[in-house]
Amino acid sequence: MSDHPIDMSKSIRTYGIVGGLLLVFTVLTVAVNQIHLASIALAITVALIIACMKGSMVAAIFMHLNHEKKWIYGALILTVVFFIVLMLIPNLTVADTIGTVSPYTAAAEHAAQKAEK
Amino acid sequence: MEIPYTVEPRPDSGLANGKLGIWLFLASEVMLFGALFSTYILLRVGAVEWPHGELNVWLGAVNTVILICSSVTMVVAWAKLKMNDFAKGRLYIIVTAVLALVFLVNKYFEYAEHFGKGEGPWHSTFFAIYFTLTGLHGLHIIGGIVVMAYLAGPGAKLWKRNPDQFTNRVEYTGLYWHFVDLVWIFLFPVLYLL
Repeated sequence: MSDHPIDMSKSIRTYGIVGGLLLVFTVLTVAVNQIHLASIALAITVALIIACMKGSMVAAIFMHLNHEKKWIYGALILTVVFFIVLMLIPNLTVADTIGTVSPYTAAAEHAAQKAEK
Repeated sequence: MEIPYTVEPRPDSGLANGKLGIWLFLASEVMLFGALFSTYILLRVGAVEWPHGELNVWLGAVNTVILICSSVTMVVAWAKLKMNDFAKGRLYIIVTAVLALVFLVNKYFEYAEHFGKGEGPWHSTFFAIYFTLTGLHGLHIIGGIVVMAYLAGPGAKLWKRNPDQFTNRVEYTGLYWHFVDLVWIFLFPVLYLL
């Protein structure tokens, strides 16, 4: 960010505009919620898309990520990778079958027991 | 002994130490809130049914507007300091802290209403994750207010000795504050609307 007073005045105007846009998106989020979309999946998708747009604006303009040094981008790329892993961890609970009986094994054992009788 | 690289950038990173420090801290914060968002997904996907309309959407929306406004005032405070306007910079820091306090007052009324109806964290899985997420976020708001009060109060003396270092401190506080705003931008739809 340049330190020149005129540049900073321009930046302040940009911050105001972005703040206004964020407020518009907030109203949009509530409005979409009020009209009750056809499915919950659609409602979640729309709400998260708007939230991502708002979050990107905050990060790019207010946090100056639109022009940062590469060390910060490097740290953030690593964070994003680990964040994605973190978000996928709930899937392990679905994939984890330790201590549970597989339906196929159970069916095979049931059939074997039946044949023995 | 003077701490090096508080104002001038390090030759290797091209950054003042504080800037890299606050970004690494924010990276750890992403993982902290990420773990709780991940927990939310796990609980929600595993639930037979998930409650809707338990929270006051309008109060949540008002708090979103308050936090967005506070993010604008915080970044303007930094810009004013960059323009060597200490009085306005300090004023905007105070306005940001006041907005943060208003957010907390709103949250207090919201919490009080739920506790009054017996809807504490023990009431359901939804309220357990709601209080955990918003409680942790609220603690971050309190942390932000403490730092801003310091910068506008006793910490402001630094401006006379080293205005660039003071401006950098305000920038780092701003980065933290925008992150707190960013977390709320996701918390609001996830908890109040969906």
